[in-house]
Amino acid sequence: MRAGRAGQDRRATRGGRGGEELLVPRARPDSYYGRPVIKETVWEAPDIAGYLFLGGLAGASSLLAAFAQLSGNSELPRVSKVAATGAIGVSLAALVHDLGRPARFLNMLRVFKVTSPMSVGTWLLTGYGPMAGAAAASAVTGRMPRAGAAATAGAAALGAGVATYTAALICDTAVPAWHEGYREMPFLFAGSAASAAGGLGMLAVGPDRAGPAVRFAAGGAVAELSAKRLMLRRMGATAEPYQDGKAGRLLRAAEALTAGGAAGAVLARRSRPGLVLSGAALLAGSALTRLGIFEAGRASARDPKYTVGPQRERLAGRAGQGTV
Amino acid sequence: MSSTDPAAWAGYGEHPPRVGFFTDTSVCIGCKACEVACKEWNAVPEDGLLLTGMSYDNTGSLNASTWRHVAFIEQPTPPADDDDDAVRWLMSSDVCKHCTEAACLDVCPTGALMRTEFGTVVVQDDVCNGCGYCVSACPFGVIARRESDGGAHKCTLCYDRIGDGLTPACAKACPTESIQFGPVDELRERAQARVSELQESGETRARLYLENPDDGVGGAGAFFLLLDEPEVYGLPPDPVATTRDLPRMWRHVAAAGASLAAGALIACLGAGRRRT
Repeated sequence: MRAGRAGQDRRATRGGRGGEELLVPRARPDSYYGRPVIKETVWEAPDIAGYLFLGGLAGASSLLAAFAQLSGNSELPRVSKVAATGAIGVSLAALVHDLGRPARFLNMLRVFKVTSPMSVGTWLLTGYGPMAGAAAASAVTGRMPRAGAAATAGAAALGAGVATYTAALICDTAVPAWHEGYREMPFLFAGSAASAAGGLGMLAVGPDRAGPAVRFAAGGAVAELSAKRLMLRRMGATAEPYQDGKAGRLLRAAEALTAGGAAGAVLARRSRPGLVLSGAALLAGSALTRLGIFEAGRASARDPKYTVGPQRERLAGRAGQGTV
Repeated sequence: MSSTDPAAWAGYGEHPPRVGFFTDTSVCIGCKACEVACKEWNAVPEDGLLLTGMSYDNTGSLNASTWRHVAFIEQPTPPADDDDDAVRWLMSSDVCKHCTEAACLDVCPTGALMRTEFGTVVVQDDVCNGCGYCVSACPFGVIARRESDGGAHKCTLCYDRIGDGLTPACAKACPTESIQFGPVDELRERAQARVSELQESGETRARLYLENPDDGVGGAGAFFLLLDEPEVYGLPPDPVATTRDLPRMWRHVAAAGASLAAGALIACLGAGRRRT
């Protein structure tokens, strides 16, 4: 019971802060000795948060490469295609490494299930990986330009999915901080992917050719930060894990890097060092954003109040409407 | 009473009736015979030998190697009671709920988790690759990944026993019939009768948990009679299968993917003109 009491005290001190909480009957403080209701994810941060970042970087880079190529730019597409291939290669290794039984990774290809974002993602990556690789190989060697163009288009089309499906991957769980963000998370991830892909382009391309990368990155940063703000505002008390502790620190650093990188990219787009610095900041910002979101999910799974509280409020709301 | 038949939805034609557990915690005596019987029958490995300080519960929670878990809650009784030290004992044997809408099964990318002809949910150990998605999808924190073999494990509702017409090990071993096994429709009727009986006798906090097919998991194959709020037992008060929102998630993903492509297009517009 002692653990239950402690939980009660924590909640009482929180009550004064969140105005929204007071509109409905206070959730019952009870928990079973303060133990989590749901299991914490078994996914490892370097593998899976890393993949959320690299998958976004890869998918958005393929899109940037394809459109930049159409517009006659030749340097940026080459860089983006190589980056996409490298990022997706590392991603695949991380994904296999994260399995409890890595030798059985091919079992993912036994079935296709639209009810499982991981299954959908597996097939997306199965199609995307070879196309990204072929597009990069053709761009680097200059061979088979027609096949290279087809692969570029294919990688771009699938890349849009690769960069965004990961939002459904984490939101389709019982983890409160992830699930409750399912409306905005895909836009947040798309924005973060664009800022990373633009940032990478800025690292490697001179100021005269970096225009598309700068615009893509800046637009992505604005989209990411707006989506995040919207998401946290709508979540109410479930937004707390994004603001407190390790996740809060990571996300504040990420926001500073992303906003600073985007501003720097626009202001210093004529200077090579300015572009490199801004690009690096954008990449770091995107990586920390994913890591922060990953950690927020973990924190929300660990504390039963994030599972029980919103469910209690939902029940109270239904009781108020007389529809229990 | 509306009937739910997940085995039929999964494509079984002729199939036995859906079976499950009705765990009546009002007669649980906390003997943990269910935990032991489950371990013995299913050869589930040891899951840590620690003193938790949580009353008589040294098991902690359901886990990859704990498929029945008896919760112990010592509640101080109201002040009106003469005895200062009086406690109300709540004891409850928790288990996989074998949900009608099972999120673990929905998200499993290998098909290792499957619906049986009995309407239960089991992991095919030879298929599971240990991706861990089911672990985060379960709204009850039931299924988990075992360190020693990397695979996900949980209660099978003794698939091997019920296929032979036997009662699952935990229900068989339960000395008070707190754990009752049988066809879900029949168990629901029994549960309704029991909760009415308890309420009439003055136990106003008695309630059924997860027996309602209209709840967030479509009702469970394993449901409970509780004597307090579910969260007191470590259970979520209003669980919802996360995959109910998945169609909306896919629509948002599609919109975000299209926006990302549009963003790339716009970023590259004019780039060609500006050069030279």
